[in-house]
Amino acid sequence: MSDCYDIAIVGGGVVGTLTARALSRTNLSVVLLERCNDVAMGTTKANSAIVHTGFDAKPGSMKAKMNVAGSKMMRTLCETLHVPFKNNGSLVVGFSEDERPELEALLVRGQNNGVEGLRLLSAEELQQMEPMVSKTAVGALYAPTGSIVSPFELAIAAAENAVRNGVTLLRNFEVEAITWQEDMFALCAPNRQITARTVVNAAGVHADDIARMIGDDSFHIQPRRGEYVLLDSSQNGVVSNTIFQCPSKMGKGVLIAPTVHGNVLIGPSAEDIEDKYDLSTTSAGLRNIQTIVNRSVPAYVIRDIITSFTGLRAHCDKDDFILRASEVNPQFIHAAGIESPGLSAAPAIAEYLAELAIGALAARGIQPTEKADWLAGRTEPVRIKEMSPEALRTLVRKNPAYGRVVCRCETVSEGEILDAIHAPAGALDLDGVKRRVRAGMGRCQGGFCGTKVLAILAEELKIPYEAVTKCGGASQILIGKTK
Amino acid sequence: MSNYDIIVIGGGPAGMAAALEAEKHGVKNILLLERAETLGGILEQCIHTGFGLHFFGEELSGPEYADRFAVQTEASCAITVKTDTMVLDVQAQDGTHIVTAVNKEDGLLALTAAAVVLAMGCRERPRGALNIAGTRPAGILSAGTAQKYVNLDGYMPGKEVVILGSGDIGLIMARRMTLEGAKVKMVCELMPYSSGLTRNIVQCLDDFDIPLKLSCTVIEIHGAEHLEAVTIAKVDENRRPIAGTEETIPCDSLLLSVGLIPENELTRACGAAMDRVTSGAVVNESRETSIPGVFACGNVLHVHDLVDYVTLESQLAGAGAADYVQGKRATGGEVTTQGINGVRYVVPQRVGRAQSEAVKLYFRVGQVYKNACVRVRCGDTILAQKKRPRLAPGEMEDFLIKPDQLASLPHDAVLTVEVVA
Repeated sequence: MSDCYDIAIVGGGVVGTLTARALSRTNLSVVLLERCNDVAMGTTKANSAIVHTGFDAKPGSMKAKMNVAGSKMMRTLCETLHVPFKNNGSLVVGFSEDERPELEALLVRGQNNGVEGLRLLSAEELQQMEPMVSKTAVGALYAPTGSIVSPFELAIAAAENAVRNGVTLLRNFEVEAITWQEDMFALCAPNRQITARTVVNAAGVHADDIARMIGDDSFHIQPRRGEYVLLDSSQNGVVSNTIFQCPSKMGKGVLIAPTVHGNVLIGPSAEDIEDKYDLSTTSAGLRNIQTIVNRSVPAYVIRDIITSFTGLRAHCDKDDFILRASEVNPQFIHAAGIESPGLSAAPAIAEYLAELAIGALAARGIQPTEKADWLAGRTEPVRIKEMSPEALRTLVRKNPAYGRVVCRCETVSEGEILDAIHAPAGALDLDGVKRRVRAGMGRCQGGFCGTKVLAILAEELKIPYEAVTKCGGASQILIGKTK
Repeated sequence: MSNYDIIVIGGGPAGMAAALEAEKHGVKNILLLERAETLGGILEQCIHTGFGLHFFGEELSGPEYADRFAVQTEASCAITVKTDTMVLDVQAQDGTHIVTAVNKEDGLLALTAAAVVLAMGCRERPRGALNIAGTRPAGILSAGTAQKYVNLDGYMPGKEVVILGSGDIGLIMARRMTLEGAKVKMVCELMPYSSGLTRNIVQCLDDFDIPLKLSCTVIEIHGAEHLEAVTIAKVDENRRPIAGTEETIPCDSLLLSVGLIPENELTRACGAAMDRVTSGAVVNESRETSIPGVFACGNVLHVHDLVDYVTLESQLAGAGAADYVQGKRATGGEVTTQGINGVRYVVPQRVGRAQSEAVKLYFRVGQVYKNACVRVRCGDTILAQKKRPRLAPGEMEDFLIKPDQLASLPHDAVLTVEVVA
C-alpha cells in the first residue's frame, strides 16, 4: 500500500526535515507530514538565525548536549547542503559590574559544556572589536565559534535532499487524529490518511497537541512570542558579531546580529501567549525592541526596516528538549520543546531521533540497511548575484533564463526562480520562492517582482493566476478578472 | 567591451527624454537600457489621463504620453535600445564609465561610456517599512502593484478596499478599483493634509464619495492567511495613535500609497554624493552628479508630481550629458542652494554662475501654507519672491533665476529658498 510507511515525521521544520534527511540514508520508507503549503513555516522561519555555541545551556541537559554537538556539525552540514552559514562570533555583553559574575558563570558553564575558545573580554577589547557597542559595557564573553545561518534555507535544503533520497513529503497535511491499530499508527488529516509503524513528533509548538492524540499528556508546550525587525542591507556593519545581553529566565534577551544575507536582525521580545496560530506583531513589542537594543548599541536608531515578524518559541514546561519515546507507546518518538538553542542543536537532534526511530523499529525486528546510492548533498543552487562576470557570462549562454533579472533588489533571475519551483520539495507559492531564492526579500518587498513571480508560478504550476497564493491556504493574491 | 558616448539607464519618461535630447544636441552613439520588456516605465500602467497638460498642452493617458517618446526613441538612428536588460553596476574609472548589465540575448554586458544618465525612477515604500502591528496575510499591496495587476494583467486584488496614504497612486487607485466594482471604504492619511494633487482628490475621491480621513492611520492588520480587517485610529499632532479612537474596518485588501523612494542603489554604488532629503543625488543645473559625466534625472533624482516636469528635467540632463561628451565644461564657479523655513529641498543643489539661460530651482514645502510668500535670497539680497494662495507638499514649486543674477553672486554663495509667513 503506497500510503503505508515505516516512519512518519510530523512537522517540516528544521528538526523534522533534518530527521527525514538522516533517515533517508536507510532503505526505510519515510513520510514527512507538514501542515502548511511549505516546509519551514513555523518557528524555523522566524527565529534569531544564530548557531549558539552552547555556553548558556544547563550542563548535563539535553539542550547542552545537543547544542554543543549540533553546532559543531553545522558548518559541514551547511557546506554539504549549500546553505548560507557564517562564523561571525558572538558576544554576551555585561552592562554593569552586577553582570560580571553572570559572564564568569557563563564562561565556566560553557567550558563545562565543552565549548571551545571562550574567553572574557575587557571593556577595551570589546570596544575595539565592536565600536558601536555601549561605552558603559564592563566586558563581554566572547565565543569565537558563534555563527549565523539561514534557518529556513537549511530546512528547505534538508527537505529537498530528503525527497531526492526517496522521502515522501506531504504538504497541507494537518494531522488531526492518530490511532493505533494492528501495530500501526494511522495519521489522519482532513480527507487523507496515512499509516506508519513509527512516528516522530517534531510538531514544534503543536508537539503537545500531537502527543495528546495518542493519550500522552506528559508535557505542555507554551508558545512564547518573539518579535523581530529586519533591516535593509544599508544597515549592514553596525555590528559584526552577534551581540547578546545577559540572559534572563525568559530567554537570551534581545540580540542584534548581522544575517548571512547582509541584513541586520534585531529581536526577539519574549511574551507567553495562548494562541499557537497567533503570529501577529504588537506595537508595544516593536517599540520595546528599540528601547532594549539601545542598551547594547546606544547610538543606534532603527531605520530602513524591511519587515517585522513574530516567531513562536515552543517553550516546554520541563525546561529541556524532550527527545525520547512516549511512555504511552514506545513507537512514538517525541522531539518536543525545541526552543533555543533548537536550531543550533538540530543537526544533532536529527541524528539522535533517527537512531531512536531505527531502534524502535529494530525492537520489532525491522533492520534497515544503508542505501548505497544515498546523496549527502544537493546541487548547488545558482546565485547570479554571487557569480563572477565570467561565470555568469558562460551560464547565460547556456541558459538565457539566468540572464533575465526578475527581482531587482536582490538580483534574482528567472532561471533561479524556475529552479526553486522545480526542485524536489519545490516552491508552491510566493513566500516559498522568496525563502528559496530571495525574490521579494529585499527592500521593495516584492512590490516589483511579485507580479512577475506570480505569473511564473501560474505558468509553471499550470494553475490560474487567481489560484497563486502568498503562503498556501486562503492567501490568494488575486480574486478574479477585472470587468 | 562595447563603447558608447552616452549610456542612459532606464527607459521611462526620464530616460527617453534624456536620450532624445542628447541626440538633438548632436550625440550619435547612445545606448538606452531598460529592465522591463518595453519602453515607457511606470507610465505603461497609468491608463488614466492627466499627463502632458504642461508639456504637450493636451491631456493624455500614461501610455499615450510614453508613446510620443517611445516612437521617436525607437526610430532614432543615434539611440540603440536594449529592453529586458538589468544594469548590475556602474563604476566611474579614470574618466570613463563602466556599466555592467545582463539580459537573455547578450548575457553579461560590459559596456563603457563617456557619460551616463541615471534614470531608474523610484519604488514604493512597502508595508514592512511602516512597522504596522498585526499579522502578515495576503491582501496587502502597494498601490502601484495593485495598479499593475488591474491595468496590465486584468486581475482584481480585492473588492473591499482600504487605502493607506493619500499619495497620487493611492488616489488614482481608489477611483480605478471603484470603477472595477470594488468598494473603496476610505483613504486614511497619517498627515493632516494629503500629499496628492488637489485635482486627484477631487476627481478620484470626492466624485466617488470616498472618504479621505486625515490624521488617521492603520494601526493593526487582522487575518491569518488573507486580510480580513484593519484597525484604524486617529493620530495626534505627533502622529501617535489616540487611544479610544480605534475602529475596525472589515476589508480584503489594503493598498499602500505611503511614499516613493528613488531607486538609487546604482547611484550609491558609483559613489555619487547624495541628498538626505530627496534621497537622490546632489546635482548641478545640468543634473550632473558629484561624479563627472554621471547625470541623474526624473524620479531617481527627486520624486516629481507631474511627468511633464520629469521630461523637462531629463532634457536638461540629456543636454548636459551631450555637452560633457563634446568637451564643454562649465567654468566660472558655482553657488549652492538650500531650502530652509519650511522648504524641504531644492533641486538643483548646485548652480554654475556662468549661464546662458535662466535656471529653474524646483522645491517642495514641508506642510500646507495658505497665502504665504516664498522667496529666494542670497544673504540679504532677495533674488525673487512670490505670493502663493496655497502651498502644499504634494505640489512642486519653482523659481526662475536669470543668468545676470547668477553672475552677480560670489563664488560659493548660498541661495536660500524659504517660506515667509
